[in-house]
Amino acid sequence: MRFGVLQFPGSCDEVDALEAARRVGDAELLWHGDRDLKGADAIVVPGGFSYGDYLRAGAIARFAPIMESVIDFAKDGGLVLGICNGFQVLCEARLLPGALLGNMNRRFTFRQVGLEVLNSGGSFTHGCALGERLSIPAKHSWGRYYADAETLAAMDRAGQLVLRYAAGENFNGSVHDIAGVSNERGNVFGLMPHPEHAIDELVGGSSDGLKIFESMRLTVEGVHA
Amino acid sequence: MRARVLIRPKAGILDPQGEAVARALPALGFEGVTNVHVGRLVELDVEDPAQLESMCERLLANPLVEDYEVQLLDGNG
Repeated sequence: MRFGVLQFPGSCDEVDALEAARRVGDAELLWHGDRDLKGADAIVVPGGFSYGDYLRAGAIARFAPIMESVIDFAKDGGLVLGICNGFQVLCEARLLPGALLGNMNRRFTFRQVGLEVLNSGGSFTHGCALGERLSIPAKHSWGRYYADAETLAAMDRAGQLVLRYAAGENFNGSVHDIAGVSNERGNVFGLMPHPEHAIDELVGGSSDGLKIFESMRLTVEGVHA
Repeated sequence: MRARVLIRPKAGILDPQGEAVARALPALGFEGVTNVHVGRLVELDVEDPAQLESMCERLLANPLVEDYEVQLLDGNG
């Protein structure tokens, strides 16, 4: 199992993403200006401030050469995980529905958040139990998930609402407390909190983030939890 | 051709920046201010103004959450 972790100018969490991926498989960085995914079985679009977040977070990264390959990879059913800025990039690329808006508190906020697993049958969470609570750090200014009511209803029916902030944890004002969503096919997943920072209880508050990477490995290797 | 693109949060989407400004103005003594919204302004010179719509749809705005308005300016505006 080999992960490819994208690296844009302004990415800052790609090294932690590599470290997390290497707990469950092989991983290497993929430079934004290249097009070769180097045989990766799954792609991680990491957090940070790609291209300075100019214009809108993710708006320019979405047109990077490597993203053309990632979009093709996703359309062929490949697993793509977007974390924080990566989630914003995937929304801008229309690989995921909706958009991320400025936090309701108008501030960059860094805190450990409690999440609830709403769909434990998907490719990114089948290592979790339904309703399981995960403790994972979040750190962002633009994390308020928004989609219109019609889109949200369709996403709910299709099981695309994968993670939500637990009661009292929705500090950014996301609609329906949504913290992580998938596409309709279930092979593209984005979330604002950072599972790659929660792989060791000593420094991550928990190792719950590993469950996301482990679920991806199980999916790629065809093992069903 | 000089062009100006005004980008605003779509109606109905909460705009915390606008709300913060609306609260700040009365604190300075400016009364009677409501419906404050904060957006972005992009000014650019374009050879083919017909492409502006597509530029807005693909990059300058996010049509899911923002409205945009293109203004063409005379001369070098």
